[in-house]
Amino acid sequence: MAKNVLDFEKPIVDLENKIDEMRKYEGHLDIADEIKVLEEKVNQLKYNIYENLTRWQKVQLARHPERPYTLDYIYMITENFIELHGDRLFKDDHAIVGGLAKIDYAKVMIIGHQKGRDTKSNLFRNFGMPNPEGYRKALRLMKLAEKFNIPVFTMLDTPGAYPGLEAEERGQAEAIAKNLLEMSRLKVPIIITIIGEGASGGALGIGIGDRVLMLQNTWYSVISPESCSSILWRSWDYKEQAAESLKLTAEDLLEQGIIDRIIPEPLGGAHKDHHLMADTLKKVLLEELNSLRKIKPEKLVQNRLEKFGKMGVYVD
Amino acid sequence: MAWFKRSKENISPESRKTDLPDGQWSKCEDCGEIIHNKQLEVNLWMCPKCQYHFRIGSDQYISFIFDKNSFKEYDKKMRSGDPLEFEDTKRYKDRINATIKKSGLNDAIKTGVGKIEGQKAAFACMDFGFIGGSMGSVVGEKIARIIDVAYEDKIPLVIISQSGGARMMEGAFSLMQMAKTSARLARHADAKLPFISVLTDPTTGGVTASYAMLGDVIIAEPKALIGFAGPRVIRQTIGRDLPEGFQRSEFLLENGFIDFIVNRKQLKEKLSHLLFYFNSN
Repeated sequence: MAKNVLDFEKPIVDLENKIDEMRKYEGHLDIADEIKVLEEKVNQLKYNIYENLTRWQKVQLARHPERPYTLDYIYMITENFIELHGDRLFKDDHAIVGGLAKIDYAKVMIIGHQKGRDTKSNLFRNFGMPNPEGYRKALRLMKLAEKFNIPVFTMLDTPGAYPGLEAEERGQAEAIAKNLLEMSRLKVPIIITIIGEGASGGALGIGIGDRVLMLQNTWYSVISPESCSSILWRSWDYKEQAAESLKLTAEDLLEQGIIDRIIPEPLGGAHKDHHLMADTLKKVLLEELNSLRKIKPEKLVQNRLEKFGKMGVYVD
Repeated sequence: MAWFKRSKENISPESRKTDLPDGQWSKCEDCGEIIHNKQLEVNLWMCPKCQYHFRIGSDQYISFIFDKNSFKEYDKKMRSGDPLEFEDTKRYKDRINATIKKSGLNDAIKTGVGKIEGQKAAFACMDFGFIGGSMGSVVGEKIARIIDVAYEDKIPLVIISQSGGARMMEGAFSLMQMAKTSARLARHADAKLPFISVLTDPTTGGVTASYAMLGDVIIAEPKALIGFAGPRVIRQTIGRDLPEGFQRSEFLLENGFIDFIVNRKQLKEKLSHLLFYFNSN
């Protein structure tokens, strides 16, 4: 039986279990037709549930512990990956990974947040919450890429920059701010993909680029629904409402003009079929890269300034 | 047995109560001194006894930083557009309107151009009194535009920050103001134009993690709270009380993240000296 079943997936799993149960008797009883009916029913149910997810349900899918993470994508879509470590100032942050890779014939620098899959690896990865040295490593790698005219891909998947004592001592805010400034003038193409959670400044710290893409079941906003609930409602119980109010899904952000494209996920989420997801992602990334390659570096930087300059709604 | 038990034992209660005397008097939050408001104003809203810097708004900063009648405000009427039609316990629209009425401000920032000891500068100053000085589309756009003014006129830029961070009620739009303002500052820097960032109490969250920390020179008022995460969040994360003076100006100076701390009485002078050093003429 599948582990990590989300509440809204239970009807599907119940039905699937029933089918499995019936299969055991298939040899003895003539129930093939009945199984077929149930299978159709389960497909219909999946379609109904997964195509009509609420915003909060999408947040849950974005956090699904079986989703592919940055290193999974790197291993699935690139060859000859060489991971590069350290910010050359303090240490190597394990919540952000990066390195050189070949994707088809293109050389790229890939950088992304990295979560762990179990307690041990999550502690190692600090649950995907970077410290300042993570952002500084990312910047070092981006400058390296710029030096050798290599495009940059970043993958965003973090519950936020780490709110710890040492992080503040070492200048979490300064590290993120500097990345925003430097990424906005980096003279190589940058493609951003939100592959899971895009929580606030911790995500944006590696999130400025020429194209911003979101996988279908991910979220990106200024705050998590839980923290928003605790601040504005003064209780943790309004996370569903907060998610609705924040309008933080890929569809919302496309409509808001903040992202450029939604990358479809396999039915039920990226974790249902890692390879299918990776293939789709690879195709889109190469497509976007090819269109950016034609643009001169100065124009690229100018476009980037204008792209983010347009974001915002006000009454003049 | 107590009815309520603190779940984390190392954490002490949230805040102390302050009772303000009525009318014409203010109480110093630091030393408890009772000060007449007129005296406070003459002293640039600092406690005459302990030098505690009272939190003040953009109008007050403008009044003592700029040469008399030299400041001209820009984009005065810009207001939030409520892009998400956001609603929590209140509608954001209503919150905005109520705050405008109460504060007399249109959003959490004023921008413009003025002269500091005869030297022209583009200027922005935030107001904590407007939804915690939070940065939404209006703050981002007004800062972007004033950086453009500095860029076009080739004049220096001074920003006084005072903010709880990005404004939740505008969701990802608020987040993108960090990107927008930082990108403009990159262009400003490439044109070799100076940017002086002044941090006041408090400067946290998305504002610290964008323009506030991007100054060529970063200065802070004494004892201002400056950080990325708020102290309450950090305390919850690490499960114990924070050291005395943590995330205060003096702590940032010690850790190398600001250039110096300035007493409010010397702010204008220090700014004018810096502008002189960076002036290319």
